[in-house]
Amino acid sequence: MDRRPRGDRRDHPSDRNHHVIGTERRIAALFILSILGSLALVAVYATGGQPQLEGVLLAVSLGTLGAAVIVWALRLLPDEQVTDVREPEPSPPAVRAAATSALERGEAELTGRRTLGRLLLGALAALALVMFFPIRSLGPRPGRSMFHTEWEPDAFVVDRTGRRVRAGDLVTGSVVTAFPEGHVGSPVSQTLLIRVEPALLRLPPDRAAWAPEGYVAFSKVCTHAGCPVGLYRAAAHQLLCPCHQSTFDVLRGAVPIFGPTTRALPQLPLRIDADGFLRATGDFSAPVGPGFWELSRGRTSGRQDLRPG
Amino acid sequence: MIRRLVLWLDDRLGAASFARRALRKAFPDHWAFMLGEVALYSYILLVLTGVFLTFFYTASGEDVVYQGSYAPLRGVRMSAAYASVLRISFEVRSGLVMRQIHHWAALVFVAAIVAHAMRVFFTGAFRRPRELNWLIGTSLVLLAMAAGFTGYSMPDDLLSGTGIRIAYSVLLSIPVVGTWAAYLFFGGEFPAPVTIGRLLALHIMLLQGLILAALGLHLAIIWHQKHTQFRAPGRTEDTVTGSPLWPNYAMKSAGLGLAVFAVLSALGGLVQINPVWLYGPYDPTTVTSPAQPDWYIGWLEGALRLFPNWEIRAFGHAVPEPFFPGVLVPGFLVAVYALWPFIEQRVTGDREVHHLLDRARDAPRRSAVGVATLTFVVLLTIAGSNDVLARFFGVTVESITILLRGVVLAAPVVAGWATYTVCRELKAREAHPAPMWHEVHRGPGGGYVTTEEHGE
Repeated sequence: MDRRPRGDRRDHPSDRNHHVIGTERRIAALFILSILGSLALVAVYATGGQPQLEGVLLAVSLGTLGAAVIVWALRLLPDEQVTDVREPEPSPPAVRAAATSALERGEAELTGRRTLGRLLLGALAALALVMFFPIRSLGPRPGRSMFHTEWEPDAFVVDRTGRRVRAGDLVTGSVVTAFPEGHVGSPVSQTLLIRVEPALLRLPPDRAAWAPEGYVAFSKVCTHAGCPVGLYRAAAHQLLCPCHQSTFDVLRGAVPIFGPTTRALPQLPLRIDADGFLRATGDFSAPVGPGFWELSRGRTSGRQDLRPG
Repeated sequence: MIRRLVLWLDDRLGAASFARRALRKAFPDHWAFMLGEVALYSYILLVLTGVFLTFFYTASGEDVVYQGSYAPLRGVRMSAAYASVLRISFEVRSGLVMRQIHHWAALVFVAAIVAHAMRVFFTGAFRRPRELNWLIGTSLVLLAMAAGFTGYSMPDDLLSGTGIRIAYSVLLSIPVVGTWAAYLFFGGEFPAPVTIGRLLALHIMLLQGLILAALGLHLAIIWHQKHTQFRAPGRTEDTVTGSPLWPNYAMKSAGLGLAVFAVLSALGGLVQINPVWLYGPYDPTTVTSPAQPDWYIGWLEGALRLFPNWEIRAFGHAVPEPFFPGVLVPGFLVAVYALWPFIEQRVTGDREVHHLLDRARDAPRRSAVGVATLTFVVLLTIAGSNDVLARFFGVTVESITILLRGVVLAAPVVAGWATYTVCRELKAREAHPAPMWHEVHRGPGGGYVTTEEHGE
């Protein structure tokens, strides 16, 4: 261990110069501040705690301690530089050769018994395969669950409070989030019920009967990444998803007109029953929500969903 | 006392020969080398605060009715997870400051890792023999992002729940296996009640195990291979010069660590972060607007917002749109990033060992690629807030999106080209330094003569 003048300074206080003494005082002050900060922290905690004070006092205790340590290191420790010699990365050739031959000797002993070696690999492979099986326990089989919602023929349309919606409840230009009765809050069946001026509607011919008195209903789950389509620009009759700004034209059956999505919001066929209640006549026109590999493999009600046009 | 402890250890482990070299190990002092340390100290603080939070967090999607002290939400139905985060924030003493320090530390942790990775990239510190540690470093970036995202999602508030919803949709979009992958990973069709518990298991066990293993390996390899250093008079490829570990470097580094703790504590105490009580509990039928994720997820969100509405449908199958911006684009970026040392070796043919660092100008092509990639990712991050931008500038979000689609493709090319040109210029000027000044003498005849030229 090489001793530096630092030790000498400590041993002979009379030799200290003012600069060093000043630095020592500053460091001491910082340590004392840190201790005071810690004590104050205890006091704050004991009296019930206060988030802002706790953060500030913690910062004071830690910060002054850190500053003291850094000043100590920079001002009082000798500014010493050491130089290490790198060992070259590859080992010396003799060592490499020895390692390689040890490896090969063992390998030769194992591969000498061909059948046993192959069986060992086979057993390991079989075991590795089996190890993957418990992954299956992590979730249920998707099956047909992606292809239907809780909407059924004759299901009553209810609002968030569970109240059945009547034909007179919405004024033209307004929108509510609706559900099938008995499934309020359902993530897959959430529906936007919008009332528009019937004359403005330009739905495809096969959906002409789906919008009694200007009521149209679309899945609220965005066909892009599944966010609830939360914004309605009533004047433009556009639905807008706040997550990635997919925009849908309500009058033409919620076909996408801007943004990343490729598919229309599935439409829910509606009717108004004899008592004036809104009811579904079936499930959505297509699987709700974002796309997936098997998307085209089945339809909820056998209808083609709308493509952008 | 310490002497006796050391001797006791040496008697049992023979530790003295290691300690002798370790205590005098040289640590170069350049400020840019501290970025990795900032990440390390943030991580330590994350573990400390995280353990505290784990004691109070309930990882359950079970429905409860809130009865706690935060009046605006009393009587509201929410998940047990969200209720426990409210309890941490309002009732557990020091809970809120711990939560906020934890969140700030996570933001700084990822930021410090990214800054560190940029330093390593632009100085060429990843070159042989350090390719392995670069790979471990890239996996640490991904693990840190994953840990951040799972942690951010655990409160089950309206904002983070929307993030999980998007993550589910991106996983769902993967060809062939997407549906099964989403069902297995999230435990069923979204929103599955078991998801919250899985986030906790990932966040505090699996991801931390992997981070600790990768971090340990990262540091062990650094220790073994020794630091790189910048070129300077007297520096060679065969040596490394710096402060000795004990006591100089240990003191400086401890000071830095305490300073990092102090800054994060101040942030946690004074600057509100993720006030989940304002967002409300997650409800899959409502959404906040505008909605932005934590900063390190912003580029993924931006890619999802900007990518055009392309979808492949053929042979009765679909490759949905989110696959391209959500999986393909980031996957390609991450692959190039992780394999960069090998790509650069292939392009330049330089397979030599390098312990002395480059400056950005020394490798114009590398610097150009780095700046172009950064520009791309930063612009994507900006695009992740296109709704906020539209509101701020008073224009439609459509026009901002269309503008950004062009800028995101053009700006990286321009930035890369500019970087390349500037680096070449600087390099050329160094090779042929222009004279800085001339010495002029007045001759005896009264005329002036230039006698000497001086370079830098």
